[in-house]
Amino acid sequence: MSDILAVRDLEKTFGSLVAARDITVSVPAEQAVGVIGANGAGKTTFINMITGHLTPTKGSIWFEDKEITGKPSREITRLGISRSFQVAQIFPSLTVFENMCIAAAIARRSGSVWGNIATPVHSPDAITEADATIELFQIGRYSETPANALPQGVRKLLDIGMAVVGWPRLLLLDEPTSGISIEEKFDLMNVVMSALKTRKITVLFVEHDMEIVARFADRVLAFYDGTVIADGTPTETLDNPKVQELISGVRLKTAAGSAGHA
Amino acid sequence: MKRHCGGGAANRGLTPAVPPSNSSGFAVLTASAILTDGLVYAAYLFIVAIGLTLIFGVMKILNVAHGSFYAFGAYGAATAVGIYTNGDWPAAAGFLFMILMGMAVGLVLGIILERGILRLVYGKDEVIIVLVTYAVFLILEDVIVLIWGPQSYAAYQPMVSAGNTEIGELVLSNYDIVLVAIAALLAGLAYWALKFTRYGRLLTTVIFDRETAAAFGVNVTLVYTATFIIGAMLGALGGAVMAPKIAVTLGIGVEVIVLAFAVVAIGGMGSIEGALVGALIVGICRAAAVHLVPQIELFVIYGVMALVLVVRPYGLFVRAQPRKI
Amino acid sequence: MFLFAAAAAPLLPDWVVSLVTIAFANGLVVLGLVVLWRAGLVSFGQALYYCIGAYAVALTARWTGFTDAFALVVIGGVAAGLVAVLIGFLLARYREIFFAMLSLALSMILYGVLVKTESLGSTDGFSVATPTFFGYAPHREALGLALYWLTLGVDAIGAVLIGVYFRSVAGALAAPIRDNEIRVEFLGVSVTSIIHTKVVVAGILGGLGGALAALAIGHVDPNMAYWTTSGGFVFVTILAGAGSVAAAFVGSLVFEGVRSFAFDVMPQLWQMTLGSVLLLTILFLPDGLGSVVARLKRRGEAKS
Repeated sequence: MSDILAVRDLEKTFGSLVAARDITVSVPAEQAVGVIGANGAGKTTFINMITGHLTPTKGSIWFEDKEITGKPSREITRLGISRSFQVAQIFPSLTVFENMCIAAAIARRSGSVWGNIATPVHSPDAITEADATIELFQIGRYSETPANALPQGVRKLLDIGMAVVGWPRLLLLDEPTSGISIEEKFDLMNVVMSALKTRKITVLFVEHDMEIVARFADRVLAFYDGTVIADGTPTETLDNPKVQELISGVRLKTAAGSAGHA
Repeated sequence: MKRHCGGGAANRGLTPAVPPSNSSGFAVLTASAILTDGLVYAAYLFIVAIGLTLIFGVMKILNVAHGSFYAFGAYGAATAVGIYTNGDWPAAAGFLFMILMGMAVGLVLGIILERGILRLVYGKDEVIIVLVTYAVFLILEDVIVLIWGPQSYAAYQPMVSAGNTEIGELVLSNYDIVLVAIAALLAGLAYWALKFTRYGRLLTTVIFDRETAAAFGVNVTLVYTATFIIGAMLGALGGAVMAPKIAVTLGIGVEVIVLAFAVVAIGGMGSIEGALVGALIVGICRAAAVHLVPQIELFVIYGVMALVLVVRPYGLFVRAQPRKI
Repeated sequence: MFLFAAAAAPLLPDWVVSLVTIAFANGLVVLGLVVLWRAGLVSFGQALYYCIGAYAVALTARWTGFTDAFALVVIGGVAAGLVAVLIGFLLARYREIFFAMLSLALSMILYGVLVKTESLGSTDGFSVATPTFFGYAPHREALGLALYWLTLGVDAIGAVLIGVYFRSVAGALAAPIRDNEIRVEFLGVSVTSIIHTKVVVAGILGGLGGALAALAIGHVDPNMAYWTTSGGFVFVTILAGAGSVAAAFVGSLVFEGVRSFAFDVMPQLWQMTLGSVLLLTILFLPDGLGSVVARLKRRGEAKS
């Protein structure tokens, strides 16, 4: 297998609105790719096309050398692509463990009607997976807490954990640190990224915080006006003048070295 | 030969007399009979349904007890008719008295329900509130027995004293004509009130988005209370105007409420134009069924409702609401 | 619980046996509603399946002369189930009030058809032939007991199967679907398919309940499809709560008991009594009687 994900000449139009165009990207396995760009630049459209919630108007998407363009999202999930959400989507009336267990059980069953009925939720396998993933994301102390009583950071970790419990090979994170206070962002990303590395999961994460991107991404894609305007290592991309002009702002250098962004 | 429309005082519904046998103008006669019957039935449905859809639109409450408002209005009207016939009042005054009595009953009942019970369940799940109104409906069914006893009442005097009009071979009850006029008046009034009065515009904002309206300083609680009371009065008005046409007896609320639901579901919950159109559709379809294929009379009403819900789940005049995260 | 009830039967007076039989038959319908209620859905039209089950039994007996109780009950369940499979495709796309209203409309359609069908006795309905049990034809008290045990048997089987269902993925997804349907979809599950399954399960249970009721009452009429019948089932569901399988049956028993009692003691006010009970339950016991039992159990466990 060459690259785990490859998109070629991807385009999406809604009537006369071109939301994404000319996107050609190949992602090798286990790479961590940061996706940056202003709102409306096409990042979410890009993600949605990969997960199958939008069908591209032109172009193709390849996962593990098999074409997945236009496949329904349920099938794509089963093939091994998972996503998490900007606003954590969890089941508030269940405990963290229950949330995780359901996700694990779903991942392990066959998709048929009979499969749904015949598979018990609390099978030993599902329980093991759930516990393992809870440990991986270091939220074990919240295991029995109802999900509606969780602090925001833990909610996010649960959300991502549920996307990971089924051992996907590609994970799409939609603004993992949004809504998290600045002090906690790095801790959160540390936990998430090390979890993903442990499970050898390739990840694309959309982020607005340039420091997070700089620190955790192996590679950065910069979106503007529906297309990719820069693609390279974090330093290359973030120092790219076009990127600075259109997205991130110019990096200021203080006496101690580079610090914030204007 | 003449064709009677509307039905006699003892009829539960509005079925017309036996259709005539062969006649060259049969088709035209039947069509006009269907039209007039349909309009009368539609008028009845509209008057009953407008209160229900209003309450749902503003408060998002599907009020099963609306059937009780109808029943109370009918019984109140029967009482009023009893009073004025004994007192030998002139027909028009009696009719007015009957209407006012019905609406007064609605007013009192509406206030009691809203302040007493509904207030306790605001904010709960929509379905829970429906069940609460269902419970209230059950209770009120027996309250009727407590107040008026288990016997039936006849209140046909206004209908009889209004007389008939003959148009060609069609015989129309004048009372029915008045009914249609009242419905039309109500529709016009509702339209004007919503578009041109302050209360109406406040109502529209609350229907559209309660939270934002509240954020803009609209006193939503007051709007809720006022709306519920108006809805109650309209429901009772429906019962009052129908009292002379039916046998006022136990269980009339039960039948009416499910018909009103059908109309509101077809038109779209919360939409007054929808209630009007829904009432017309149901009214004409039912009249057609009664005249042409009597076996499917009941089937047609709920069949249309199911059909509309399949194609437009939110009704004909309401768009789906976007999901709020 | 069922074993106890089964054993107690011969000791109880006839009217109790009959009451309990009907209560437990209705309890099956309520169990179906509980299945849906856990996913946040209320059907105001379960009377549709109840009526189909009942009429299937009555018509089979009438047209074919076949009267074996076991077979008839199965026929009732299957008939209702088939209808549920068809309707489910439509109904599974709706939620909340619209689900309730569409299910109501569908049940009223059946009512409308039955009322106008002269050959089926229109509003009077018609009576059901006396059932036999694998050739054995009991009479009076023995018949009552036989039906009683049959009902308990079907209930027990149903309860066990539904218990398994609740522990399966499909059953356990009820709460997640109620909480956050979109996330369930994103996890790779077809929510429509899960809800379709629930509609079918509830339909089968409703049909079985109707079939048993038809045998027990000995008569079927269109009122079995009327919205007030559906309302009664919903009533019991609220009374019982969605917590456990047993709650459905206990709740049904309580309901029948209260209804009979109210009807005997104050026949003019039984609706008011029921309505008040429902209101009080919603206001003060929103999770139903089942939650009271659960709370008592927990307190008992905490103490020991």
